[in-house]
Amino acid sequence: MTLRLAQDPTLADFGRDPWWLVLGKIVFAFAFGLLATLLGVWFERRVVGYMQVRPGPNQVGPFGLLQTLADGLKMAFKEDILPKAADKVVYFFAPTISVICAVTALSVVPFGPMVSIAGHHTPLQVTDVPVAVLLLLACSSMGVYGIVLGGWASGSTYPLLGGLRSSAQMISYEVAMGLSIVAVFMTAGTMSTSGIVAKQAHGTQLSIGGFDLPAPGWYAILLLPSFIIFFIATVGETNRAPFDLPEAESELVAGFMTEYSSLKFALFMLSEYVAMVTMSAVTTTLFLGGWRAPWPITLWEGANSGWWPMLWFFGKVIALVFVFVWLRGTLPRLRYDQFMRFGWKVLLPINLVWILVLSGLRSIEDWDSRSKLIAVGIPAGVLLIATLFWPNRRPQPKPTTQEQVDNRPYGSFPLPPMDLQVPPSPRITRVVAEREPANIVAGSDSREV
Amino acid sequence: MTTSTVLAAAGGVSGGEEVTFWILAPLALIGAIGMVAARNAVHSALWLVLTMLCLGVFYVLQAGPFIGMVQIIVYTGAIMMLFLFVLMLVGRDSTDSLIETLRGQRVAAIVLGLGFAGLVGGALYRALEGTTAVGLEQANAEGNMQGIARLLFTKYVFAFELTSALLITAAVGAMVLAHIERRKQDKVDQPSTMKARFAPGNYPGPKPGPGVFATSSSVATPARLPDGRLTERSTPDILPVRELTAQETTLKGTDQ
Repeated sequence: MTLRLAQDPTLADFGRDPWWLVLGKIVFAFAFGLLATLLGVWFERRVVGYMQVRPGPNQVGPFGLLQTLADGLKMAFKEDILPKAADKVVYFFAPTISVICAVTALSVVPFGPMVSIAGHHTPLQVTDVPVAVLLLLACSSMGVYGIVLGGWASGSTYPLLGGLRSSAQMISYEVAMGLSIVAVFMTAGTMSTSGIVAKQAHGTQLSIGGFDLPAPGWYAILLLPSFIIFFIATVGETNRAPFDLPEAESELVAGFMTEYSSLKFALFMLSEYVAMVTMSAVTTTLFLGGWRAPWPITLWEGANSGWWPMLWFFGKVIALVFVFVWLRGTLPRLRYDQFMRFGWKVLLPINLVWILVLSGLRSIEDWDSRSKLIAVGIPAGVLLIATLFWPNRRPQPKPTTQEQVDNRPYGSFPLPPMDLQVPPSPRITRVVAEREPANIVAGSDSREV
Repeated sequence: MTTSTVLAAAGGVSGGEEVTFWILAPLALIGAIGMVAARNAVHSALWLVLTMLCLGVFYVLQAGPFIGMVQIIVYTGAIMMLFLFVLMLVGRDSTDSLIETLRGQRVAAIVLGLGFAGLVGGALYRALEGTTAVGLEQANAEGNMQGIARLLFTKYVFAFELTSALLITAAVGAMVLAHIERRKQDKVDQPSTMKARFAPGNYPGPKPGPGVFATSSSVATPARLPDGRLTERSTPDILPVRELTAQETTLKGTDQ
């Protein structure tokens, strides 16, 4: 028990590091973001290539690993075009806002437990505050500014449309995202990321009829609806396919970044991939137990101490990034109205009902089992009866075509007879007969010309 | 309890807090002035965003991390974004004109504004001079968020619910005003459109184009049906009906 307490950082463990350690952690988080982009682009192209039965980038470096680096260098040397109609200051700052917000979010992501660095006992996390998850939400909501302002400042129509779409999209999906985090707050009782990871360490014991069933500790399993909605919302929030409407190339050229070139364009790309990795890391932290080892590895005593947890953390993040790529390779882009309807009319109501159910379950937690049974049974019974006796809305069988024709009022538009046989055109046989020798000649020659 | 809580609770102003304040306070002021002075509406909104961000950091600095973050998420992230959304739809070239409609209005506004700010600042300074802040320790005893939650859901629950009811009423009102009600039976689908088209009494073919059998090439001239009558269906409804002279209505002999 004492060992576990020593491993799990609490809020009191933060803010005690010397300045060089803080600087080192910040540089690490920043380098992680950059490196994740370099490898993430390569990973995405290779995986999508594999899914589409083609090799993907494989020329630069081993397995094409350096392809993104080469692309980035090339991009830096390209001409930086400033459109004449652009609002120069805003146009310049928009990509930097995007990148800053995406990278800042990494500062409250716990990469691992307490470790010892040069004699200092310190958590593997830049910092943690009591409102760390709200900080993540704030970063993602500020990140929208980069896209919206980039779209507006470009001074042309497609970027503006992309920016407007993006702002509406992100505000809508942030609501769904915030509501699914509410379930996590309710279960964990804290908003600090390290606290949420610590709460997922041990599952609760469910006792049903004398048997003690160990319930899993991951919130992905305990709060499955929240997890699914949260992940869908992160896809919407990071502008990834199938929700990449702000940069839909079939309608908006490249959306908000149509007018951007050179390093500014590279910054937008960077922020998109950093945001994807950050969101995966946040999902891991909130729902997949953070840096804690998954089940079979936990049989080993030292799985959750020292530097090993970083490996599990990266494994989970890569798995989630793979899901992002998988979604892109599988699903076609949604239409804008479908997308909005999905967010407001499907995700939001489901989330609200789920939070209601969860808070109901939590408020009857310490009742005795009989009143618990009554409290759960009566609403469940009412729901069951309501579904059973819900008025059937199956439509009446449609009248046959003949009936419809017979029921037409007097003076209707004349119809041709239903059993009309159109005689075959005498020309058809002649054409086929003329063509036949040509077909035979083409068939005998097996070589393609 | 975070470091900032400890610092703020200690009564005095710590070094870090002072440095942050003296960096952010001028920025917040610049943002406020820029918001008023900027001629472009979007620039104005962006200056306001800067001020709001500084205010959010001030809240965090004064041991209120929850309200600071909510300030950033709700005001900067959602409300200002909606403002920007509307401003961008208005168009980027719509800048304020600098012509004063009331002579001397700007000078008067500046003088009065400075005077008001001086009065409020002076009054606050005189009232709070020598006062030490107490009670932060107790308020944040079980954590900032837990303290706010306890107050919101116990002591102020009625006021809180009333405010939310007011907000929901406003939102529903806005939706009722902006929403065009379309009943289900009013929605016309393709089969019923076709049924109405081929119903007895309705001519299913396309409307005759203006001037097809007419004596003039104007779109306002009604077309002539094959039997020689004029048809009103061929002219757009918004065009005034043109009175044709007898000469125009007589056939020109080209149909023989």
